[in-house]
Amino acid sequence: MTPLADLIDLAHAAPNHAPWPRVDVDSAVWLTVAARLGDGGWTLLGLWADGGRVHMALADDNAPPAVAVVSLAAENGAYPSVGRLHPAALRPERALRDLSGLHPTGLPDPRPWLDHGAWGIGAPLAASTQEPAPTDYDFLPVEGEDLHEIPVGPVHAGIIEPGHFRFTVDGETVVRLEQRLGYTHKGLESLLAGSTLEHAARLAGRASGDATVAYALAFARAAEAACTATPPPRAVWLRALMAELERMANHLGDIGAICNDAAFALIHAHFGVLRERVLRAAAVCFGHRLMMDRVVPGGVAVDLGADGVAALHDLMREIRHRLPQLAELYDKTASLQDRTVRTGFLSPALARRFGCGGHVGRASGRDFDARRDLPYPPYDQLRFTTALRTDGDVNARVWVRMHEVDQSYSLIEQILTGLPAGAIHAPVAPVANGEGMAMVESFRGDVLAWLRLDAAGHVARCHLRDPSWFQWPLLEAAIEGNIVADFPLCNKSFNCSYSGHDL
Amino acid sequence: MRKILLESLLRRPVTDAPPKLDDAELAALAARIDVAARHRLGRSLAIREVDAGSCNGCELEINALQNAVYDLERFGLRFVASPRHADVLLVTGPVTKNMRTALERTYEATPAPKWVVAVGDCAVSGGLFANSYACVGPVSAVLPVALVIPGCPPSPHELLKGLLTLLLG
Repeated sequence: MTPLADLIDLAHAAPNHAPWPRVDVDSAVWLTVAARLGDGGWTLLGLWADGGRVHMALADDNAPPAVAVVSLAAENGAYPSVGRLHPAALRPERALRDLSGLHPTGLPDPRPWLDHGAWGIGAPLAASTQEPAPTDYDFLPVEGEDLHEIPVGPVHAGIIEPGHFRFTVDGETVVRLEQRLGYTHKGLESLLAGSTLEHAARLAGRASGDATVAYALAFARAAEAACTATPPPRAVWLRALMAELERMANHLGDIGAICNDAAFALIHAHFGVLRERVLRAAAVCFGHRLMMDRVVPGGVAVDLGADGVAALHDLMREIRHRLPQLAELYDKTASLQDRTVRTGFLSPALARRFGCGGHVGRASGRDFDARRDLPYPPYDQLRFTTALRTDGDVNARVWVRMHEVDQSYSLIEQILTGLPAGAIHAPVAPVANGEGMAMVESFRGDVLAWLRLDAAGHVARCHLRDPSWFQWPLLEAAIEGNIVADFPLCNKSFNCSYSGHDL
Repeated sequence: MRKILLESLLRRPVTDAPPKLDDAELAALAARIDVAARHRLGRSLAIREVDAGSCNGCELEINALQNAVYDLERFGLRFVASPRHADVLLVTGPVTKNMRTALERTYEATPAPKWVVAVGDCAVSGGLFANSYACVGPVSAVLPVALVIPGCPPSPHELLKGLLTLLLG
């Protein structure tokens, strides 16, 4: 029996929740769980509210981890803060309060997070909305001689998403970075509520455009779990094909962009062309460069034809020829390594404490990949390895990404070889009051999707948790002691999502 | 590195031919921007991109315009880091309420003459986020829009076609 199962009464798990158990607990168990998260035993996967109830998804420290959701009914609109005991819960809890109006008692940071006081209402997810947050925002005070502040954003110099970074600097060295996010908050979870599964899938696919396949897949899998539906095998394999193309495209683009931030334009140019090749192949295969709206509940929307297979073979040939050359060039260019090695170090202890996923976590010793550790088909039938490093710098994140491109390449080869024939879609009959959850590995890390259907089979509540929630705070730590000019390198090597985080 | 450079010298350029704008397409695109504006813009434009709350899909494709395949700069179009250097603001997203002030201030910081191009379905109409409490809606609800380039997201090819109409006067 797992330690997690010792603590919560699995016999009384919610009957409609799949595939992992969801258990109603009292505040004593809630606080015990929070303490276990705080002392580093377990990992927080998500924290969100549904009406008057707070849900916390977590994984224990077994291999493979046991996953569960514990739920606590708020009393008089309040519940005991998890962030008080576990720092990774601070921002999710501030967001939870902004959106649901529930008050985390004892929350050490009372400032609003997503609510900038501009919505005209407060607590948009609550049954009765509240007063909006004040528009003033106090950044944390910094004291010391010779310090100055550099405010950056929300509109940045490059073609990137908006967010505000407040650097406190001593000479050229960053003493502290404080982020303020929420600028791209679009009210996604309010729009999801009341939607049909089909419409909600389109919305979920726009949580973060660069991970649209992963989000659509996470949503579809959660919906299928809630409705005990199984998509046809060919659809499952095509989903993985899309997911690996998306992973490859993003890593290729990001590795190039990291090198560009060190002013090494040659690698950027070549990786940019490779990324373009992947997107063009995706367009030939599935009719959309980013493959938006191609993964749907019940399967996929478009089948792979002979022209798609041919495009993929061409793509693979080019990558097989180019990638080793470019990897070698990266490896042998001392001036580039001078910028990436020992820059933006993230300690394994912090990565573990925050349950940091994706290449950021794996470059800092956290050996977790949802495809392997919470396996979903067809990955249980495919061979792949995950890179693990402990040096935790920009260079380590580049090499983990290189490895993942390599593995995606291998996975695409295996998928093309083993792709089953047959249907690509099986209609999902909504199950009244069903609840489902899914964890899917995006290029950035694990995406969590959770949903509850209403009596009519529409989405009553859906929560999407981007991997960035547990990566953004660590970027603040990784930049400490680095020079300002290295921030773009650190930032790009993480490449957290603003939109996925801001919802 | 020598091998890569040599290979690049010997093989044909990866850059695509410029998109051909047929008359019907040109008429349709040109109808979206006033003629007087085009005359004043000349043949070179500095573009400042502003994400006003997009999902980042549009940013991916706008970024792709700068890769060797689309090579935006060969047309005299270039992205600049500050609105103070810009002729054109390329705005994406359903203009979230949290970004409205920043968008307005970016516009104010751009010297006249200046034009706003709304990129992507969200910026054109609010898209899937049109009815959200957190979004203002289309860019035209906040700023005067000279040209719209719809799509979710528009492909680099579509973006290029749209931007080239700014140069045809």
